[in-house]
Amino acid sequence: MPTSLAHTWYMTVRHLRNLMRQPWYIAFTLFQPIIYLLLFGALFARVVEIPGFGSASYISFLAPGVVVMTALFSAGWTGMGMVNDLDRGVMDRFLVTPVRRGALMMGTLVQLAVVIVIQSAIILGLALLRGASFPGGITGVGLVVLSAILLAVPFGALSNGMALLVRKEETVIAAVNFVLLPLVFLSGIFMAQNLMPHWMQSVAHVNPVNWAVTAGRAAVGREVDWSVVWSRLGWLAGFALVSAFLATQAFRAYQRSI
Amino acid sequence: MGEAIGVEGLVKKYPKGVTALDGVSFEVPEGTIFGLLGPNGAGKSTTVKILTTLSRPDSGVARVAGADVVRHPHRVRLAIGSVAQKSGVDRDATGRENLVLQGRLYGMDGGSLGARVDELLNRFGLADAADRVARTYSGGMQRRLDIAMGLVHRPSVLFLDEPTTGLDPAVRADMWQMIAGLAADEGLAILLTTHYLEEADRLAARLAILERGRVAAAGAPEELKAELRGDAVHVELAEAPPDGGVQAALGRLNGVREVVVEGRALRARADDGARAVPAVLQSLEAGGLIVDSVTVARPSLDDVYLRYTGRRFGDAEEELPTPNGKDPALAAAG
Repeated sequence: MPTSLAHTWYMTVRHLRNLMRQPWYIAFTLFQPIIYLLLFGALFARVVEIPGFGSASYISFLAPGVVVMTALFSAGWTGMGMVNDLDRGVMDRFLVTPVRRGALMMGTLVQLAVVIVIQSAIILGLALLRGASFPGGITGVGLVVLSAILLAVPFGALSNGMALLVRKEETVIAAVNFVLLPLVFLSGIFMAQNLMPHWMQSVAHVNPVNWAVTAGRAAVGREVDWSVVWSRLGWLAGFALVSAFLATQAFRAYQRSI
Repeated sequence: MGEAIGVEGLVKKYPKGVTALDGVSFEVPEGTIFGLLGPNGAGKSTTVKILTTLSRPDSGVARVAGADVVRHPHRVRLAIGSVAQKSGVDRDATGRENLVLQGRLYGMDGGSLGARVDELLNRFGLADAADRVARTYSGGMQRRLDIAMGLVHRPSVLFLDEPTTGLDPAVRADMWQMIAGLAADEGLAILLTTHYLEEADRLAARLAILERGRVAAAGAPEELKAELRGDAVHVELAEAPPDGGVQAALGRLNGVREVVVEGRALRARADDGARAVPAVLQSLEAGGLIVDSVTVARPSLDDVYLRYTGRRFGDAEEELPTPNGKDPALAAAG
């Protein structure tokens, strides 16, 4: 196995293993999504009656959105682990070894993807229990999870990048709270896009969070619009490349500052 | 003997006009312990960061284990182990897991990695705690785990940055013994940075005193102290001598100088204190002065420091700013 892959694997295992020692963490990160799915979903169930909504079941409409939202927040918190490693001297210790530098970041992102798969399974499972239906089948559900991962990886990279630049827990927390929540509302997670105010529709059009929701929803619908799915996934891939570049620059800046 | 570390003219400046290293040069032969001694802010950690490839110098050359740190950092990394002042242990993983991951990053694998990890766990007294999460380890245990992690891949050069700072005196003594043993057993060259004079004196075969980014003095501890040629001789007389009585008695002695009398106490510097004592005692007796007690103090590294930098080590600790501009007292406490 090429060394970069091997090192990424070792780092991923390290992160996953440490996470498994705190299983309550996953439960903790699922708390809010479950509230949104079950309570918010029940509260606003009748919003589907608005003409033009385009969906008969709010919970079926909402579930992919909650999957994306959960993935987004999990990604936002990734930077905390990086701050910890930087503070504790773990990062510097790794940098003295021949470890492939890319593996240090990729390990956190692969771990993030694994966590998202688990979280998504739980959310979608709960939605099914509450009566949601996903005509798109397994493929559709798989694409929902893929969209969520394609959104989370760039945001995770950006979160790591920020951690490398500012090295403060408070900044990561502020960014998660003040940046991600507006992004959630400026997307089609809770409301059909065509029913959003025009200015919000315009913002949603350039919001990667919305690309992920749109792709996911399109994939689980009765009639899959593949052009929508592939275009959004493509834009997300582009966003991922830009984020990877920015995160790499942040890493280099950290290395120069040592 | 080959060269484990060779440093020539290292210069490193940080933003805001802080010059951390201003032309540092020294050499560490293979298989020896080399001490880099200096107050906080002298440039010790900066030097180690450059030698361990964490940081790049602005100019100058540094070779570690035969490889240039700037041009072939990968080769350097394969050959070195580093124990930073801040622990690099992953506290959410067990001791064994930490060691195994570390070994894997060097390409070690399978049975041989497992055997090496067991060997290190036993050698550092961590076998019982091996499968407990490192967060539960005491400070001394974490430090030992850090050192074990630095040795997994059998490096030829080990860097220890302030290895006993923050440890209890008893633990510190154990650590000294272990460090001395490491060089002997593993054939390692060890570069040890410290701001404890006694530690450098005790462990290092050779040392360099860093001060404000420059090497103020270098050599073996005993050589440096011998160069001072000034043992302190301290005599307590039975009663205060008459004015000029002591000078009259000792004036003709070679090698005894700077005679100072205070009440019944007499202080002088002698080239070789042990040899001077009988002559001093005889001269004083011949002059009718009765001696109660005599003490000879060999020069300390503090005296060496004073000679080369014009200041006492303790004073220097308080004065120097650290590279990132922090108050040294706070930096030392933190």
